[in-house]
Amino acid sequence: MDIGRLQLGTSRLRPARPRDHSRRGIRIGPHRAGSRLPARRGSATVTVMVQRVDAVEKVTGRALFADDIVAEGMLFAVPLHAAHPHARIRVLETAPAVEVPGVVAVLTAADLPAATRLGTIVRDQYILAGDRTRYQGDVLAVVAAETEAAARAGAAAIRVDYQPLPVLTDPQAALAPGAPLIHEERGTNLIASYRVRDGDPARAFATCTEILEREYRTSWIEHAYLEPESAIVTPEPDGSVTVRGSVQLPFNARRFIAQACGLPLSRVRVIQATLGGSFGGKDETINLICARLAVLALRTRRPVKSTYSREESMRESYKRHPFLVRSRLGVDANGKMQALDIEMTADGGPYCTSSPFVIWRPTVQCTGPYVVPGVRCDTRAVYTNNPLTGAMRGFGSPQFNFACESMVDEMAHAIGLDPVEFRRRNFFTQGCRTHTGQHLDNHTVSIRQVMETALERTGWAEKYARCGRGTPGPDGRAYGIGLACCYRGVSLGAEGADFCSAIVHVQPDASVLLQVGVSENGQGLKTAMTHIAATELGLPASQIRFLDTDTSHVPDGGPTVASRGTIVGGNAVLIAVARLKEMLEPLIAERIGALPEPRDATEATAAGPPGTTAGPPATAAGPPTTGTGGEPAGYRYTGGRIHHPVTGESIALNEVVAAAAEHRLYLQAFGSWAAPRVSWDEERGRGHAYFTYVYSCNVAEVTVEAATGKVRVTRLIGAHDPGRAINPEMVRGQIYGGLLMGMGLALGEHYPVAEGIGQVGNFDRYRICRAHQAPELEALIIENPDPAGPWGAKSIGEPANELAAPAITNAIFHATGVRIRSLPLQPEEILARWQR
Amino acid sequence: MSGAGHSSPTILRVNGVAREVASPPERLLLDVLRGELRLTGTKRGCGIGVCGTCTVLVDGVPRLACRLPLGEIGEREVLTIEGLAGHDGTLHPIQQAFIDAGAIQCGFCTPAMVLRAKALLDRRPDPSREEIRRALGPVLCRCTGYHQIVAAVERAAHVLVRGKT
Repeated sequence: MDIGRLQLGTSRLRPARPRDHSRRGIRIGPHRAGSRLPARRGSATVTVMVQRVDAVEKVTGRALFADDIVAEGMLFAVPLHAAHPHARIRVLETAPAVEVPGVVAVLTAADLPAATRLGTIVRDQYILAGDRTRYQGDVLAVVAAETEAAARAGAAAIRVDYQPLPVLTDPQAALAPGAPLIHEERGTNLIASYRVRDGDPARAFATCTEILEREYRTSWIEHAYLEPESAIVTPEPDGSVTVRGSVQLPFNARRFIAQACGLPLSRVRVIQATLGGSFGGKDETINLICARLAVLALRTRRPVKSTYSREESMRESYKRHPFLVRSRLGVDANGKMQALDIEMTADGGPYCTSSPFVIWRPTVQCTGPYVVPGVRCDTRAVYTNNPLTGAMRGFGSPQFNFACESMVDEMAHAIGLDPVEFRRRNFFTQGCRTHTGQHLDNHTVSIRQVMETALERTGWAEKYARCGRGTPGPDGRAYGIGLACCYRGVSLGAEGADFCSAIVHVQPDASVLLQVGVSENGQGLKTAMTHIAATELGLPASQIRFLDTDTSHVPDGGPTVASRGTIVGGNAVLIAVARLKEMLEPLIAERIGALPEPRDATEATAAGPPGTTAGPPATAAGPPTTGTGGEPAGYRYTGGRIHHPVTGESIALNEVVAAAAEHRLYLQAFGSWAAPRVSWDEERGRGHAYFTYVYSCNVAEVTVEAATGKVRVTRLIGAHDPGRAINPEMVRGQIYGGLLMGMGLALGEHYPVAEGIGQVGNFDRYRICRAHQAPELEALIIENPDPAGPWGAKSIGEPANELAAPAITNAIFHATGVRIRSLPLQPEEILARWQR
Repeated sequence: MSGAGHSSPTILRVNGVAREVASPPERLLLDVLRGELRLTGTKRGCGIGVCGTCTVLVDGVPRLACRLPLGEIGEREVLTIEGLAGHDGTLHPIQQAFIDAGAIQCGFCTPAMVLRAKALLDRRPDPSREEIRRALGPVLCRCTGYHQIVAAVERAAHVLVRGKT
C-alpha cells in the first residue's frame, strides 16, 4: 500500500491528488503504463446546466400524478388493514359491506383467481390475508365502490374476529429455538444470511494493541414521500389491463399484477405516472396494491382506483430496516486496522421483500473504505411481526455506516489519534484489495481526495480545535464538528442481472422519441437521458421527447434502484445513439464524403458493435483513451448539423433524415448495455461484488444545548465523487436532499413501534425537517470520470443519503463527550450522560 | 345546479373566474378543486393540515385547502397553481426561478412552494433568507433539502424587484 505519497503524517490539510488521476472537474487524462482503465464511454466533454425536461409541467401543476388521473365510470377502492399484527382470522364477514349503498365489490383472499402470494425475491407476501395476519399492514379485504365514502363505509362494515397470537417483536428472540414461525413452510424465521471470511481474524486480533467492542442500533425510518400510494387500473376490451400508478418499478409491478391475475406479461401494461417521491418506498407495496386493483378491475369490468390516506400508507408500506450491529475492531501500535469481527441483524418484518439485498450490501462493504487484513462478517435478516421493512435509499448502508463510522471515531479516540489522521492511515488506496478479494484498480479510488476536499472546504482543522469536548461555551451550547466517510458499490452488483436498453426513434422531422428501460422517480432521470441523447445527436434537448416508462413499449431495464438509473440507462442511450449513427453514416458519406480510413479505434469501441453490447469486463484491458487532445474520427453532430471531421463540410440532420426515407430506412435504433461481470461466492463471501464504487465524505457541525441536551445541526457538507456530474445542479439537489434525509436517521424522525404496531400515522408525529429547521447545506462534487459510466458518470442518489447520521453523532461526541450508539438520538440521553 | 332546493349553487371565484360549483358548503376546498373542478395541481399529502401540499392562496393569503370548507370562502378569490402562469402560458417569474434554480425534483410539493413564495414576495418583496425559510416552513419537501427552493425564491425576488436578471 503506497500511502506515503498521499502526505501521510502531515497535518497540512489540502486535497490529496493521486498523481495519475484527474483533478476536480477535469476529465481523466491518459493513464500510466499498466493502467487497466478501459475507454471512457461517449463523446461529450463539457457539462452544462440543462433544464429539467419535466420542470414546466411540474411548476404549473399540470403534471399528472396517479391520483390526478380519472377514468370514466371508475370505482374507488379502500383497503381493510389488520387490527392485530399477529392473529388467526376466525371470521371475516364481508356481507355487511356489500349491503352498503354504492359498494360494488369486496375482494378477499378467497376471491383471488391465481397466485395468493407475491414477492420480488421470495414469494411470501400474501396479496390478501386469508386465515392469519402477520403485521399491521396486512390487507384483509379491498372494498370497491362508486365513491370513496361508500368504499370507506363498506370497509368499516366488515366484521372480523381475530384470535391474537404471540407477537414476535425482537429479531434475536425470533431466532431462538422454539420461537413461533411466521412462515411455517420456511422452517425458520431467518430470512437470509451472508458471511465473509478473510485473512485470519483470530491471529490478527492477537497482534492488536487496542481492541474495541461496541453495539450500535438504528430504528425504523419512514420514506415519507409526500405523495401517498395511488394507482388506477383499467380493464381493456381484449382482457388485458392497463395500470397507471405511483410505481417506482413498473416492470416489477407488471410481474406482480400478472401473477395475481393469472395473465401473461403481454397482457399487463404498466405506465408510470409522475411519481411524487419514492426513495425505494414505492417498489413493492404499491405493486401489491396494483395487483389487488387489477383483480378487482377484471372482476367488475370497470376501472378501479385507489389512493391511500397517509395513515394507510404508513401502516402498510415498509420502512427502513432497524439494524443491530455488533462490532469488534482491532488496531496495531501504528494505528493500522488489523482485524474486524462484525455481526449485523436486520429486522425484516413479516415478509422477505428486499431484505437479502439490504443485508448483502453492508456485508460487502463491512470494512468501510478501510483496509483490514483479518475480517469475519456475519449478517442476517429475520422475520418478525413488526412493521414491514424493505428498500430505502441507501439499502442497509445508512444503518451500517452509522455503526462503522462511529466505531472508527471511537477507535481514533481510544488510541489518541486524530479522527482524520486515523482514517488517512487506513483508507483504501488505488489498486488495494478489499476483504472480498476485489482489487480496486478499474476506477479512481478517491476516498482520500474526497475527504480532504471536504475538510479543506469546512476549515476542519481550526473548527476541530475548538470543539467543546464536554464543556459548553458562554452561550450554554457546546460546539462540535464530525465527519464520516464511506464507499459504495454502484448498481446492483452481484445482487442481480444488470442490464438495460434504450430505443431512439428519429421522426421524419428529425425530432426524436426516446425510451429507456429505467424510470423517473423525481431524481431527474428523464432529464439526464434526454441530455445525453441530445448532446450525442447535436440537437437541442427540446427536440427529444422522453416517453414515460411503459412496460409494453420498452424492454425491462431492471429496477430503477441502487442508484443505477444514470449509469445503466445512460449507457444504453449512448449505445442506441451510436447504432443510429451507424445507420446514418452511409447516407452522410454520400452527401459530404466518406470518413478517412482507418477509423479511430476508440470511437468504434465507444459506439459498440450492433446488438447487445456488453460493457467491458472491469478487469479487461481496454484500449487507451484518446485523451483530451485526441481527435475522434467520426462525423461530429452539433447544432442540428453533421460535420465531416476532416473537410469540415456539413449537412443538416433533417436532410439526412429525409434521405433515409428515400432509402426505405427506419431510423429507429435499439441499444442494450450490460454491466461488467461481477461475482459472489456465498460460502466464503468472496468476489468482485460491484463493477465500480463511489466515494463520499460528510461533515457535520452541531451545537448541543447544555441545559436540555438538544442538538442543533448547523451545517452539513456532502462531498461526493459521482464519477462525473452530467447535470451538476441536479447532482447538488440529490446531495442536499440526501443530507437532510440522512439527518433524519440521527434525529428528528422516529417511528416508534409497540407490540408490532406503529405509534405514529401521519406527519403530525412523524416529523421530517422543515425549511426553517434545515441546517446550512453544502454540496461538493469531486469528479473522477469512471470508465464504466456514460460520460464517466456513476451515481449519487443513495451515496448522498448514507453518511449524515454518523457525521452528526461524531460531532456530538466532539461537542459533549457523549457517544451515541442508538438512533434516533434522544436529548434526554445526551443530558443524562453528559459529564461536565 | 342546486340540490334539493335547500341551497343555491355556490359561486367560487378561482383563478380569476367565477365558477358555479355543485359541492355543498361543508365540502373541503381541496375536494372541490380536485374532485369537482379537476384542478389537480393542488395536492393531498396528509389530509390533516400538516404537510402543506394543499396550499392555495385565498385573497393572497396561504390557506390549507384540506382544512377549509367551501362555505367559508365566500366572495374571496382563490388562486391555485393553475392560475399563476399567464393565459398565453408565460410562466410567472417565481415559476421560472424554480426551474432555473433546480428547485424541482418529484414536483409534488412544488405548487404549494410556489404559492407560498408568491404570498411572501407579494407582502415582502425583498425578504431575508431567514424570512424565506420561515415562509416555506409550512410546506414539507422530502426531495430537495429545501436549499434550491430557498435559492429559487431569492432569485425570484431579485427578478421581481429589479426587473429582468
